[in-house]
Amino acid sequence: MAGLQRVYKQRIKSTQSLKKMFRAQELIAASRIGKARDRVSMAAPYSRAITRAVSAVATHSNVTHPFLVERTDTKRVAVLLIASDRGMAGAYSASVIRETERLIERLEREGKTVSLYVSGRRAVSFYSFRGRELAGQWQGHSDAPSTEVAGEIAEALLDAFRAPADEGGIAEVHVVYTHFVNMVTQNPRVIRLLPLEVVEGVTPPDDAETLPLYEFEPEPAVVLDALLPRYVRSRIYACLLQAAASELAARQRAMHTATENAEDLIRMYTRLANQARQGEITQEISEIVSGADALASAS
Amino acid sequence: MATLEVDLVATDGKIWSGTARQVIAPAGDGEMGILAGHQPVLTVLKPGEIRVYPPEGGEVLRWTVDGGFLSFDANQATIVVDEVVEPTTSRAGH
Repeated sequence: MAGLQRVYKQRIKSTQSLKKMFRAQELIAASRIGKARDRVSMAAPYSRAITRAVSAVATHSNVTHPFLVERTDTKRVAVLLIASDRGMAGAYSASVIRETERLIERLEREGKTVSLYVSGRRAVSFYSFRGRELAGQWQGHSDAPSTEVAGEIAEALLDAFRAPADEGGIAEVHVVYTHFVNMVTQNPRVIRLLPLEVVEGVTPPDDAETLPLYEFEPEPAVVLDALLPRYVRSRIYACLLQAAASELAARQRAMHTATENAEDLIRMYTRLANQARQGEITQEISEIVSGADALASAS
Repeated sequence: MATLEVDLVATDGKIWSGTARQVIAPAGDGEMGILAGHQPVLTVLKPGEIRVYPPEGGEVLRWTVDGGFLSFDANQATIVVDEVVEPTTSRAGH
């Protein structure tokens, strides 16, 4: 009986220290999420400007660019998966990986070969555990992505896109990331990054204003050549930032729930411990009483 | 005096915005100066120095950038740069 009490006491103690950890994680995530959302909104002017410029070039000149046309010489496509470096974020990584698996299945049904690019340690270990080959991997930046990392990822994908078919060239680039809707809702989302879904999709929503007739310096093709890699980089950066904000929101929520669950457990164990103690006391009393009775009847 | 609106934007945020008398930027084939009412233009920038002349003729604002592009339309210049290497404003008049 006394053993039972001790077991409960131990459980209460360990749950209490877990609860402290969960609470700390929750607070850390909560304090970082504001910064992550600021970063999302700070990157907006750049991507707006670049989107405007790309659609200006694309609408006012008849230049074509390798990034804008479908490649037909290869069946290989790239999928970029953006997940988190750490766990403790509920189903965040799991759901974006599941979305990726679904996309890969669909692409393979269409007769394409998928080469996988992965950002985030969780997803990297998911795939290396399963022995899948990764064409590229990046880790260690998932909750505060930098423009350099976005540049590296973009460079790798663009190199693969530019490469000829027999050197592992790819025909499409898909990105799977988690879109930050608000603090409560984050949705895994798939976008096709390359070839760019031209102009109509790229034009800014305020179509009331018509883009003026630009003079291109030095010439449209060169301008486009300089703009498109930047556009791709800014899109990837935006995805990374969205994913970071989503990760932190998911972590905050998951850790909040974990803290509450720990509290519930502590409450339950406290009750059980009290019950055990009471049971022990009752047993001792009845033992003493029955012992006294036995002595009284013997004399 | 005619002025134009300038936005200087980098990948991770807006760096400067305001009005100016003239903007000089390192365009693909030589420096390009833009005054109010310039025709719409979209140009690639080389690494170099961007200079913004304030309307009142005060101190010239300078930034060293490592490439980007500039678009100008409707009296609004948007300078998009990859990264500002250093804001050289502090040591103007060297």
